[in-house]
Parts: sequence; structure tokens; C-alpha cells
Amino acid sequence: MATISLKDLVKNYGKVEVLHHVEGEFQDGEFIVIVGPSGCGKSTLLRMVAGLETVTSGEIYIGDKMVNQLEPADRDIAMVFQNYALYPHMSVRENMAYGLKLRKFSKDDIERRVNEAATILEIQDYLDRKPRQLSGGQRQRVAMGRAIVRDPQVFLFDEPLSNLDAKLRVQMRLEIKKLQRKLGVTSIYVTHDQVEAMTLGDRLMVLNAGYVEQFGTPIDLYEKPASVFVAGFIGSPSMNFLPAKLTNSHIELENGHKIPTSSAQQGDAIFGVRPEHMVVDDNGPIEVKTELCEQLGANTLVHGRLNKCETSVVASIQGHWDYEPGSILRFNVTPENHHLFDSKTEKRLES
Amino acid sequence: MGCAGFGVAEKEIAMLKRVHFNKTWLPFMLVAPQIAITLIFFIWPATQAVYQSFLIEDAFGLSTEFVWFENFQYLFTDEIYLNSFGRTIFFSAAVAFISMSSALVLAGFADRVIRGATTYRTLLIWPYAIAPVLAGALWVFMFNPTLGILPYFLDFFGYDWNHYLNGGQAMLLVILAAAWKQIAYNFLFYLAAMQSIPRSIIEAGAIDGARPIRRFWTLVFPLISPTTFFLLVINAVYAFFETFGIVHAVTQGGPANATTILVYKVYNDGFVGLDLGGSAAQSVILMIMVIFMTIIQFRFLERKVQY
Repeated sequence: MATISLKDLVKNYGKVEVLHHVEGEFQDGEFIVIVGPSGCGKSTLLRMVAGLETVTSGEIYIGDKMVNQLEPADRDIAMVFQNYALYPHMSVRENMAYGLKLRKFSKDDIERRVNEAATILEIQDYLDRKPRQLSGGQRQRVAMGRAIVRDPQVFLFDEPLSNLDAKLRVQMRLEIKKLQRKLGVTSIYVTHDQVEAMTLGDRLMVLNAGYVEQFGTPIDLYEKPASVFVAGFIGSPSMNFLPAKLTNSHIELENGHKIPTSSAQQGDAIFGVRPEHMVVDDNGPIEVKTELCEQLGANTLVHGRLNKCETSVVASIQGHWDYEPGSILRFNVTPENHHLFDSKTEKRLES
Repeated sequence: MGCAGFGVAEKEIAMLKRVHFNKTWLPFMLVAPQIAITLIFFIWPATQAVYQSFLIEDAFGLSTEFVWFENFQYLFTDEIYLNSFGRTIFFSAAVAFISMSSALVLAGFADRVIRGATTYRTLLIWPYAIAPVLAGALWVFMFNPTLGILPYFLDFFGYDWNHYLNGGQAMLLVILAAAWKQIAYNFLFYLAAMQSIPRSIIEAGAIDGARPIRRFWTLVFPLISPTTFFLLVINAVYAFFETFGIVHAVTQGGPANATTILVYKVYNDGFVGLDLGGSAAQSVILMIMVIFMTIIQFRFLERKVQY
């Protein structure tokens, strides 16, 4: 069990800086999810913690030990890879025992730990099979088993569920969460899937092009996204962004409609509204010309454009609805669900 | 394939995949040159060899007698031939071991090299492009007892090198020359095999606590074992049958037959000793061995790689 701290972490590939001064303090037993689009540097960050990539500058601490120069083997970590990285020539039992053997555990101890881990993950029946004789989900479990037998200080997960089908992914997601709770091991989990991130993480670190956009609890990120990027990344379908002008406690939309606001800011801004916060209201200020309705069962997604403008808008409303394309709908949004961002820096404007 | 419908669908796909020629002679024309080469340079000499191995010619080459298996019977009671057989096995084992282990070490390093990897690889591949006779000539120069650079250095350590007199030294020299030439080939295969191992498996090993040497023996080496087996067969075939040029250039089978391996003995008995029947019988035996090794190769290697 250990805390992890990243201090002013920088990574260069040649002359290109791919991670820019990343800071983070992860508490003991916390489940941290690093999330971002592909190429944002999230896997690189994880691999630096693992010791598979060198650190260009800055420091990584696991517990109170600086680990920059330590071999992966000496960091007391375990990692679950995207492609599982099971040793194909070894049985499931040997796969799990490999790390223990190298660490000179006694035969009985190895036997006991492997059986324990296998019981937790329900893979007792496959212990003598080779990885190629297992399904994707089973391989995933073995990879998890290989991580937990050693009882490491830190778990690292590199998109471990991305090779599974949708249903299995949801199931394994829950299991990983439960397992992490039970073992109480500090974990860092990398994913590009925002739903996975929201459901798994105690705290989320959102990375974009090597910068930390925001670091906070899932609800923080949802309710107070620090930037347009985070706002658009978290939540599905993603937030609507409407160009706007702030004038005398009003938000003026492109088509001239005004929405009262408590914000004292002035000038150009981006007005963000989540689709699920759009409420149909015949007197509402947001006028939408509908184009298409997607009925999802519990709710309906109404796609359209801000009336007389090109800006596209999505609203998610309860129940079944089907509007003729071209019909005009009016929406209202309660003030606590307003999000305002600076139009230049795209950072959140605090009221 | 119990389902009839499935069989039909598969047949249709097979037909779609096949390119259709309206004239049936075209495909035959296209393979004709290869068939001609095979017939003229492989099949015909092979049948000639088999036929000749049943004949004994008199000392003046004026008459021949059909003797069935007498040539073979004689070979297997001939101590010189049996010695040569044992020598060849030792020679092949040594060549295979030296060239494969060196290639394995070099490939292991090349796999880790990041800067200048292409140059390193290119240089390592060059020896493969050298003709056996030239490779032999190179080693003869280096080890010439009076002119060579290496005997000169060995002399400092009080070691007297003369492979013209010392059979053991001659054998060592031939083995080294033959192994050296094969390293490049083995290196290529080993490197390709190592690079096909997913990085993450090695990384998982590193996180599990294995140092590079340990990782090599517990992960890399087992995972490239199909390549090792393939190379074992290839190297055995090479050492048995393709080292004539090297032996001829370096020692000519001497001193006192110390380096007369089977393939050299075929030449020596046939073209120097003019015992055509005996020589043919020996080449038939070699031919059977090649066929045997090829069968091994196909049976065990053409199968899908399984760990």
C-alpha cells in the first residue's frame, strides 16, 4: 500500500515534449483513472510510473521512495496490459507463479497464493491450461491474477478492457472495481473510455495533448468541468457548446435570444449545456430547429440546430418523442446547469 | 464439414479465388522452365547416381559390371568411410552449435540496439553473401602457418599452429570457417523471431522481476524455440552438404583425412580416386539423408507454431 506522487513530470521523445509538467498526488488505496483521447500521453505516463519509459525530468515517488532510477522489478508494482501479455508457453499456474518464483517465495507459499488468487478470480478450473486455450475474458482474469498474487503496492492498468466485447467489458469493469476495493491497493488505470473512467475512478485525471486538463472526482468533472475539453469529453452525449456574448447579466446567443445569468463576466464566451439538462419549455430561450430524433427507449435524443444558425444542438428528453424535421422546439436550462467558458482560453469562467 | 451447404459455399469461394485461364497450355508453359531445370540438373543426375552406385568399373575404365548392392556393402565395412561418417556428425554438430549460439548472442544484442541498428544488422549479414570457397580462402590466409596473422599471434602464447600437420587444428579451422559463414543466416532468423515477440511480454517479465539474462532464458528463448528447431535442421543440412567448397579451399580433406567429411569424400573417391561406383553409392546415401532431413523439416516445421 502506498501513495504515489508525480512531481513536475516531463517526457520528451527526441526534441518533442509529449508530457508537460504533470503533477499529481494519489492517496493510499485510491483508484485513479487517467483518461484522454488516444495520443494524449496517458499510456506514456503510466509506463513511466511502471519504469518502462525513462523520465526526462521531474520525479515519481511510490510511498516515500523516489523511483526514477529503479528497475520495474524493484518498484513493487504489477501491471495489466491491454493485450494481457501472458507468457504463451506457460500454463495459467506458471504465469501466475512466475513473478513469485523470481522473488524466491517458498513452494508452499507460491501454491497457496496462486490458489487464493485463482479462487478470487474464479479461474481455478483453468490453472493447467495454456493462455491460447482461454477466451478473452478468461485471459483478462489470468492477467489480473498475475498482478494480485504478488500483493504489490501499486496496480497499473493499461486499457485492460479494450479488447473485450461490450457486455464483458461492463462486467469486468465492476469486478475490477470490487477487487480494488477489497484489496485496497493504490491503482492507476488508463483508458480512453469516459464511461469506464467515470464508473471506476475515485478521482480522474483528464489528459489532453500532454497537459493535465483537470484532476478531480467524477462528479467534480461532470458538474464543474475546468475547460471546454473536459466538458466535451465527460458525459454522453457530449455537451452542447454555443457561441455567446455576456452582457449585463445576460447570455446572448447567436440568434439574439437572451438567457439571464448570475455571471458578472463580460464579452465573448462559450455557453455550455449538457443535453440531459435541456428542458422543453414553450417560453424557453433556446430555440432549436429539429433535424432528427433518436429514440433510445428511456429517452429521446433530439438533434437539431440553433434556429437561424449553424450551431448544432442535442437535447436528451425523457420518454418517446418524434418531431417532424424542421419543427421548432424551445428549451430552457436552469442556471445551476449553465457552463460558461472563455472563448479564447476555453477555460471555465467562474461566476 | 458436416453441413452440405457450407461445403457448397466453400467451393464457390474457392472458384472465385482461382484465376481462370481459357487456354490450358499457359500454366504449363509458365512452369516449364522450372520443370526443365529440375529434370536436367536434379532428377537426371540423381537417377544416374543411383544407377552408377550399382556398377563397378575396372581400373582402366574399359568395362563395367552390374553388382547390385556390393558398393554399399563395401562402404559399411570400410573403416575409412565409417570414420568419415563419425567425423561428419561431429563436424555438423560443432558447426551448428557454434554458428547458432553466436547468432543467438548477436541477435540478442541487435534486438536491444536502438542507435545504428541498421548498420549493425547489415554488417552482420554480409558474410552470407560470400561464396564458400572465398570464405575458405579467407580463413586459409588468416591461419596460414607461415604467413597468417593468427598463427603469428598464437606464437606469442607459445602455441604452435600448423593445420597442415595437426589434424585437430585442421578440423577446428574448417569448423570455424563453416560456422562463421552460417552465422549471418542464423542471425537473420533469430532476429526476426525475437522481434516478433510482443514487447509487452518482455515488459511483463521485467515488471514480474526478471533481469535481462533471466528474461532471455525464461521468456525469449522458449518463445523462439520453433526457430531454433528450424535452424538446427537447416544448419545440419548446410554442414553435411554445402561445406564442400570450404573444405576444398582450406584443407582438401587433409591432413591424413582428418577433415574428410562425407561430401568431400564423395568428390575425393570419385574424381581423385576414380572409384565412380563407390562414390555414387556414397552420394546416394547422402541423398537419402537429405530426403530424410527434409521430411523432418516438413513434418515438424510446416505445422503451425505451437508452444
